[in-house]
Order: sequence, then C-alpha cells, then structure tokens
Amino acid sequence: MMGVALALAVALAVVPLLGTPDYFLHLGITSMLVALAGTGWAMMGRFGLVSLGHGAFIGTAAYVMALLWNEAGLSPWLGLPIGVAAAMVLAALLRYPCFRLRVIGHYFALVTLAAGEIVRLMIVALRDYTGGSLGMTPRLAPDNAFAAMQFSKAGFWWMALLVWVFGIVVWWWLDRSMSSKALAAINEDQDAAASIGIHVTSEKLRVTVISAGVAALGGALGAQYRLYLNPESLAGIGLSLQIVFGAIAGGMYSLLGPTIGAVFTIALEESLRVAFGTAFIGAAPLVYGVLLVLFILFLPRGIAGFFEKRR
Amino acid sequence: MDPFLLEAILNGILLGGVFALPVLGCNLVFGVVDVVWLCYAELVMVGMYAVWFLHTQQGWPLMMAFAAALPVVAVLGVALHLCVVRPLLGAPPINQLLATGGVLFILQGGAMLVFGTDFRSLGVEMPPMEWGDVFISGTKLAAFCAALVGAGALWAFLKFTYIGIAIRAIARDREVMPLMGVDPRRVYLVASAVGGALAGLAACLLVVQLDVHPFIGLSFGPITFMICVMGGLGNMPGGFLAAFLMGVIVSTGGFWWNTEMSYVIAFAVFIVVIFARPQGLFSR
Amino acid sequence: MKAEAGSTLVLNGIRAGYGDFQALFDVGLRVSPGEAVGVVGPNGAGKTTLLRVISGMVRPKAGTARFGEVDIAATPSHELPAHGIAHVPENRRLFPHLTVEENLKVGAFIPSARKRFAERAEYVFNLFPKMAQRRHQLAGTMSGGEQQMCAIGRALMCNPRILLLDEPSAGLAPLVVAQVFELVKRIREEGLTVLIVEQNVAQVLRVVDRAYVLDAGRVVAEGAAATLAADPAIRNSYLGGH
Repeated sequence: MMGVALALAVALAVVPLLGTPDYFLHLGITSMLVALAGTGWAMMGRFGLVSLGHGAFIGTAAYVMALLWNEAGLSPWLGLPIGVAAAMVLAALLRYPCFRLRVIGHYFALVTLAAGEIVRLMIVALRDYTGGSLGMTPRLAPDNAFAAMQFSKAGFWWMALLVWVFGIVVWWWLDRSMSSKALAAINEDQDAAASIGIHVTSEKLRVTVISAGVAALGGALGAQYRLYLNPESLAGIGLSLQIVFGAIAGGMYSLLGPTIGAVFTIALEESLRVAFGTAFIGAAPLVYGVLLVLFILFLPRGIAGFFEKRR
Repeated sequence: MDPFLLEAILNGILLGGVFALPVLGCNLVFGVVDVVWLCYAELVMVGMYAVWFLHTQQGWPLMMAFAAALPVVAVLGVALHLCVVRPLLGAPPINQLLATGGVLFILQGGAMLVFGTDFRSLGVEMPPMEWGDVFISGTKLAAFCAALVGAGALWAFLKFTYIGIAIRAIARDREVMPLMGVDPRRVYLVASAVGGALAGLAACLLVVQLDVHPFIGLSFGPITFMICVMGGLGNMPGGFLAAFLMGVIVSTGGFWWNTEMSYVIAFAVFIVVIFARPQGLFSR
Repeated sequence: MKAEAGSTLVLNGIRAGYGDFQALFDVGLRVSPGEAVGVVGPNGAGKTTLLRVISGMVRPKAGTARFGEVDIAATPSHELPAHGIAHVPENRRLFPHLTVEENLKVGAFIPSARKRFAERAEYVFNLFPKMAQRRHQLAGTMSGGEQQMCAIGRALMCNPRILLLDEPSAGLAPLVVAQVFELVKRIREEGLTVLIVEQNVAQVLRVVDRAYVLDAGRVVAEGAAATLAADPAIRNSYLGGH
C-alpha cells in the first residue's frame, strides 16, 4: 500500500506542471487536505476511539493561525505549527482525563462532540476577534505572498501534496509501530491489555494527540487556502461528521482509505452541485446520509476494505 | 434577590422542562436498546415541521396538529429502529452511533429539500405573564407544564403497565427476558415508538417558541446529549434533574454574559462534571 | 398451542455449546409429568447449559428436545413460557431495581398470565408469606434466600407445567438452603413437574424422585434418587463434603 501511495505522490507532484486547469487543481487540493484530516481522524477511529468532535482541533488550529497573522502579523509559516501545536495541547488536555477516568464508548464519543461544540461556541462568543458566525478572512498581502502563505494554486498544490504525504507517512509509521498493536489490544479488552503491561492511558493519549495534530494540519491549511474561516464549517458537528463519513466510506482501517473517502465525498459533492446546482439544496446531505447508513450497514470497512478483502 | 436574576432562574427552570423531554426520550432508547440516537434532535425537527405544516399550510387547528405530531415522530422512531438500528445490533456500538449520524444528515437534507432553508414560524405567541416584578414568558410556561405532563405520563407508563415494567427490566438484564415470555425485539420497538413520541411532544413545545429550520437540531441536539451523559446515560430520573440544572445554568449564564457564553459555560460545566464523575452526576 | 397438562420433557442426543466450546455431548433425559428430577454433577459439567437448552436460551447443534408436542429447538425462546416451561436461572437474575411485585409482573408478562395476575400473585404469596410483606420492596435489597424465593415465585407466575431450577442453593446459607428445598417439596406436592440442577447433591436427592449425573457434558449415571444416594461410587465422587 505504501508503495502505491508513494507512486501516487510522485504522479501527483507532476500534475500542476502539465497545465491542469485551476478547477481540477482546486478539487485536488481540497481532496488532499480533506484526506489529510480524514487520515488523522482514522488513526484514532480504527482503534475504536471514535471522535465526533475533531472539528475542535481544526477550528483551534485554523483560528490561532489566522488570528496570529491578522492581529500580530506572525507569518502563517510559524502560525500554522503553533496552531497545530495548540490543537495538540487541547487534545491532550481534553483527552487525558477521559482516558484516566476510563471514559469510553458512547460517553467518549459524546464528550468529543461536546468538545467540538465548545470550541465552536467559543469562536462565536469571541466575535470581536473572530468575527463570530460571519467568519473572518486572513489579511491579504499580495506583495508578501510567500510569507503570508498565500500562493497560487500550483503552490498550494505542492503544499497540500507535501502535507498529505506527511500524513500518510505518519499513519504508516503508526501502523507499523508497537503502538498499533497495543491500541488494537486495548480496543479489544482494555483491562486485559493493562494487565499485560500496556500503558493504556499514554498509548491512547499519544494516538489522540497525533491524530488531532494531523487533522488540524489539514483543516487549518484548508482554511488558509480558501482564505476564509467560519466556526460552523471548521468546528461544527457537520464538519466533524463529514470527516468521519469520508474516512469510513473510504475505509478507516487502511492506509489510503481516508484518501479514497475524501476523493469520493468531494466527487460526490461536486457531481451533486453540477447536477442540481442550487435547485435542490439538501440533496447533498441527504445523499451523504443515505450513503453513510448504507456503508455502515453493508460496507463497514469502506471502499478500501472491500477491495482489500478480495485480494 | 435581583428580580432579573430571579427571572433568569425561573426561565431557566422552564427551559429545563423543555430540555427534559428529549433527554428522557434519548435515555429511554439508550437504556433499552443501548444505542444513542444521534439524530434525536432531528426527529424533533421533523415533529416541528409536521406541526407547522399541518397548522399553517393545511389549516388544521393547533391542537390537532400537536396531536398528529406525536404519532408521526413515533412512527419515524420505529422506522429508524427497524431500518437502521436493528440490523446493526450485533455490530460495534460505534457503527450504530454513526449510522444514526447518517440519519441526521438524511433528515436535515430532506428538510432542506422539502421545506427549504427559510425559518418557519408558527405565528403563535402568548403574552408574558407578570408575577411580582418578574416577567415569565407565557409560551414557555405552557410548554413547561406540557413537558411535566408528558414526563408524568411517561413515568406512569413505565411504572404501571406491563410493557413499561418490561422496558425497565430489560435495561438491566436483557438475557433473561425471554424466560418470562418477553420478546426483546418487541420491547425495543415499543421503546423506539415511545422515544419517538417524546420527540414529537418536545416538538410541540419547541415549535411555539422557536422558528423551525433544517439546522435547528444542531442548536439543541448536542445539549441534549450532554445532559443525558451528565445525568448518567440511560438514567432517566438523573437526566430529568440534569435537564433542569442545565436549564438554569444556561439561563443564568445568559443573564451575566451573552447567550453564546452561557452555552460555553454549560458545556464547560458538562466537561467538568464528566471528569469529576465519569458515570454521570446521578448514577445509581 | 399450549402443551398438554401431562406433557413429558424428552431430550435426545443433545449436543450444545458456546461458539467452538462444546458443553454437552449426546445428552438425553426424560421428565414425566408430576416427576421431580435432579441433574447433579461437578462444576463445569454442563448442567446450566442443559437447562438453557430446555428454556431456549441456547440452541442445540444436534439432537432433539421436546416438551409434549412442542419442538423446543424450533420455537423462539420467548414463546416457551406460553407452552409451560419456566426457568429460574442461575444466580436468580432478579431485577434488583424493581420491586418484588414488579418482578412478579414481569414473570406474568404472557397474556394468559396477565389476566390471572391477582390469582397467581396470591398463590405465590401463600407459598412465601414473607414475600407478601416485601411486596413493594426493591428486590435488590432482600437477602439471598428471599431473592431465591422471589425468583421462584416469578417463574411460577406464568402457571408453568414444568419448572426448571438452576442451582437454587448457590450462595445461600445451609439453613436457607433447607428452606428453599422445603419450598420445592411443597411445589411438587401441588403436582408441578420439576427439573432441578444442583451441586448440593445431598439436598437435591432428598427432594427428587430420580436423578441424572452429568460429568464433562455427558450423562454418566441415572436412577432413582435413593439408589444413587446409596451408591458408594456416587457418594465418593460427588457427595464428598456435603
């Protein structure tokens, strides 16, 4: 799988040089960033740590980055890692008590939902800085584009590709590490795992923080690319569930699963938009929902899982 | 006491009464079937649209529209169980949770398609009532009373009917039920129907206070779950009390800061409570 | 189709287990109407599994199980009480958060029992006078012995033709155990067919007519209770300590 991924990466690197139209570059960039977020989410999801509030991390990173730029003039090149770090710290703060106190299963999922909501509400509440529900835009700086991380489409393409590869590598590294086995054991039976010496809390915390960081990276970069931040679209339940859906549809147990899922959901969204335009608003979520249910009922391991089984 | 603060507290209690119904419904279904209906708020939304549609578009009298909403959402609850939950009962619980999340999108999307994204108002308003220096919203008071009646009816159902007692029993021990001739699948269906009916009742109460739109579920859904978890998932009396607690917190928080901050505080309280008592405030 | 009052329970060649684990190998037994039959044997012999097969909680992989005309394995487990099979499970399995009366109500869930709830409740309270006092008490607050009585009472609410008792003496003090078996005797005297699974061999052999000895999933002995009680081999293997 890793080989496929690397080959894909190389192929993708060449794309902007072929004079691809901006529209496809746009789709590609979005896909890769969503894939990154999904890959991050799946790092936790595949081990039964289902987070319904990854938006908390995405929102945190994006807004920290944008606010540092707008208010303090700090380049997003620094703001991004700081934002991602903030998201990771948030993850650690929120999750540590969860894991210490054995909050699992439904309780865990709902606590993550609350976390997402809190971040969203805080963003809205601090509307003097964040613009509230109307959103905000990073200050445009055309003469300082590179420092402001406001590239052309091609530039963003490579940026997105870079981080996507990074995310894939992290997933792959995690998968091959002892943590992966430990987490699988924890998922199966937490107490049994603890009794054979696995440090349940630190393993869970580790994967959560990594997961949050990777997802936050994808989301924040997405916000930077679109040059628009909005609490609903970055920290809302809608986004959190969409990430989950993408990862599941593509298959959260495999390396390229969330990527496939991201491509799938974006393709779906685009085709619905092209087919219906604004005529049938609501068709997209409806179809999403039906597909999500169908996937869970019949293809719980996602598209990638389906193909892997046949191999 | 400052009359505005008193007003906030009283309104908070009234608000809690309205939260209480979805909390009870959610806890009921979870306690029996062991699944959280993530789309619960959207079921309420369907009920709200039903009332709005029947009353303003079809000219039904308001009471009739209310009466119709309950069976409509009850049926939806049963359909949800049969089509989505039951097939997944053997699957990891997360799958069940996510599948109901899918239904959330379906209902939102469906609402958008059928009714559009505009806010729909029922156009009914009762004047605020004065009580000393304090103003209490008449609609909120009526809603609160109706919520109490609904909760009372639920309590009586669970206490005195055979199926109600079976519902309470199955929540603790599923395996022995067939030994007494109880088919668990039937109990699940009844619980789903009652859960749906409670959502329908909640819809009646909310539609007179709020304008309905496809995303309204997002405004009270998460709070509903937070309250459920706070009171102990599946614990109905606990959830009932927690609902009032949250109502007062939100209302008084709004009094001191703005509305959003009050919800932030409410959620923050939730997180603190969960860490202090992971099983919920009132677990047995 | 309710089983006739004079129904016989017949098991033949039952193989059953959990997943890959097989608990019962080719087990057969017979309980005629009005009889009291015991099944004894060491821990892990499969006694509980046997009762679960009869009450439908476990489906046999092979063999037949009939109660009168009713094919047990082919009937959904929740329909068996209506055919007259009542099972008091291991560890009683009362609903601790419900009152005694509510527990009895669950026992009387089937329509025919609901109609006669008052009558059946009175019968049960006559059998266990102490329970009448605890009618509105939470079942979980009662002592072990009282809970056992309550569990038996709950099973009796559906007016069964055969009562399956799984280890009624488990976890109870000897004095209480004696009371429980005294109760079983009285129920027997009313004509109810009883199948008791027990580790306390001495007690159960005093109460039943016949018994089977189950060991490692197989029937290794069977006979009249008095005969088994007197058999030195049985005494050594299974009565040790009791």
